[in-house]
Amino acid sequence: MGTEVFHSEVPLTVNGEPRRPTVDHRSTLLDVLREQLGLTGAKKGCDHGQCGACTVLVDGRRANSCLLLAVAHEGADITTVEGLRSADGEGRHPVQRAFLERDAFQCGYCTPGQICSAVGALAEAEAGHPSHVTEPGTAIGSPAELTRDEIRERLSGNLCRCGAYPHIVEAVEDVIR
Amino acid sequence: MKSFRYVRAHSVEEATAAHAGRPSSRYLGGGTNLVDLMKLGVESPRAVIDISALPLDSVEELRDGSVRVGATVRNSDLAAHPLVRERYPVLSQALLSGASGQLRNMATTGGNLLQRTRCPYFQDLAMPCNKRAPGSGCGARDGIHRDHAVLGHSRQCIATHPSDMAVALAALDAQVELYGARGRRTVPAAEFHRLPGERPDVDTEITHGELITGVLLPSATAGLPCAYRKARDRASYAFALASVAVVLSVEESVVREVRIAFGGLAHRPWRALRAERELLGGPPSGEAFRRAVDTELAEAEPLRDNSFKVPLARNLACDVLGRLAASPTGS
Ligand SMILES: Cc1cc2nc3c(=O)[nH]c(=O)nc-3n(C[C@H](O)[C@H](O)[C@H](O)COP(=O)(O)OP(=O)(O)OC[C@H]3O[C@@H](n4cnc5c(N)ncnc54)[C@H](O)[C@@H]3O)c2cc1C
Ligand code: SF4
Ligand code: FES
Ligand code: FES
Repeated sequence: MGTEVFHSEVPLTVNGEPRRPTVDHRSTLLDVLREQLGLTGAKKGCDHGQCGACTVLVDGRRANSCLLLAVAHEGADITTVEGLRSADGEGRHPVQRAFLERDAFQCGYCTPGQICSAVGALAEAEAGHPSHVTEPGTAIGSPAELTRDEIRERLSGNLCRCGAYPHIVEAVEDVIR
Repeated sequence: MKSFRYVRAHSVEEATAAHAGRPSSRYLGGGTNLVDLMKLGVESPRAVIDISALPLDSVEELRDGSVRVGATVRNSDLAAHPLVRERYPVLSQALLSGASGQLRNMATTGGNLLQRTRCPYFQDLAMPCNKRAPGSGCGARDGIHRDHAVLGHSRQCIATHPSDMAVALAALDAQVELYGARGRRTVPAAEFHRLPGERPDVDTEITHGELITGVLLPSATAGLPCAYRKARDRASYAFALASVAVVLSVEESVVREVRIAFGGLAHRPWRALRAERELLGGPPSGEAFRRAVDTELAEAEPLRDNSFKVPLARNLACDVLGRLAASPTGS
């Protein structure tokens, strides 16, 4: 079986730029971003899908990059916290600005994941996705109204060991107001 | 993690052919369970066959009114799908009570059904576990087993199946569609997962190399009042201690249809067939609900540290039955 291949070249777009890393099949997207592409914004907390520190956007949807095999993401469009921008492409993304204004962190380790997760959650709400706390019988198809309970539920996949949750929720509220 | 070949399949035939005859191959859905277990050394496939690009990513209504869910539809998309929210809200609720927004964006219908138990001994290579290493013993039986089974467990294994989605599918009388060397076949969702018995290493009725191609939601349960309720250690992002999916139809103060499935109590979603039989044709009263659920749970055999699950499951079921009897959305 000497011909077996355990590495592959994987073309993908990262923060708007085409990249072609050659990856060991065992590498997660998180490891490729951090170790091979020098993007250390996404953090490794648990490495098992339990903390959300590694959250990035894959084709616009939030995902835990520690559980994604990089080789399986040929052609994907990846956005990390480093790639977030305001709508005009000039300054910071509104979620980033709100996190700064609200002091929505202490050590900052969970912050890139929180921010990417919030960006993904806002898009899901806009697309009308329900959550566990959405009342049964809520109109289907229209954007979901983000109450405080909704924000807390939708961001529950991101743990913060410093307990900055109250300010994180306020920051997200600022963005939707 | 051991090195492996990576194959991206473009058709169901290509996927099963790539798998055929290779006992150490694994299909890759969202990878949220498989990659986790590969990191832990519990799984070490020689070949990973990526099925996420198969044309099985849609939810469609069939001519007979049933709804077919493709195996690679993501949990978040399934929970948000209008056909599911309108006709099978219990399924949407069960999905949304599981994992996190990020994980549900990755997790697939097929992978969710085949996720392995969260028993900590199963996930730790240093521990005995009959499911991971048959014959090595069960670390949980005399160890930490607060989260483990109270129904249908065996001397060999006391694990529970962790899926919330599967509990709703069992209550809805869904069918699991399979494709493999034996061709196409379907298995009722309520019978897809096994009890551990003497073979705790075998979780389900699927045979090696078979592919889940989809799940069929029958027209018979479409639009019936239904709801899911889950009890867990924190308000969100935690596996079930106990959960219940209920489908209940009442007409003129008589129970016309009832289906009850428990999660978190057994090695598979537990259809409460005894309770259902007792309730059919009778009054939808709190008293009748309590009696029927107690009859079902009378066969529970709790372990040293998990007897709390029996009254917990009973209260969950009685609450959801009562609320559905009062209002079709159970809210
Ligand atoms: C932190 C955390 C919390 C979680 N909390 C919950 C929870 O509260 N409730 C809950 O229900 N779940 C929970 N989960 C589990 C999650 O729902 C599952 O990991 C997920 O549904 C698995 O789907 P997948 O597509 O990622 O599967 P994969 O990891 O891709 O696959 C799982 C298994 O299924 C096989 N497989 C995949 N697709 C097919 C197919 N079509 N045919 C045949 N075989 C296939 C794979 O080979 C593998 O053996 C949690 C997971 C994590 C990490
Ligand atoms: S309960 Fe089952 S999975 Fe857990 S240690 Fe015992 S045999 Fe293994
Ligand atoms: S590092 Fe990915 S979820 Fe914790
Ligand atoms: S700010 Fe420290 S972990 Fe969240």
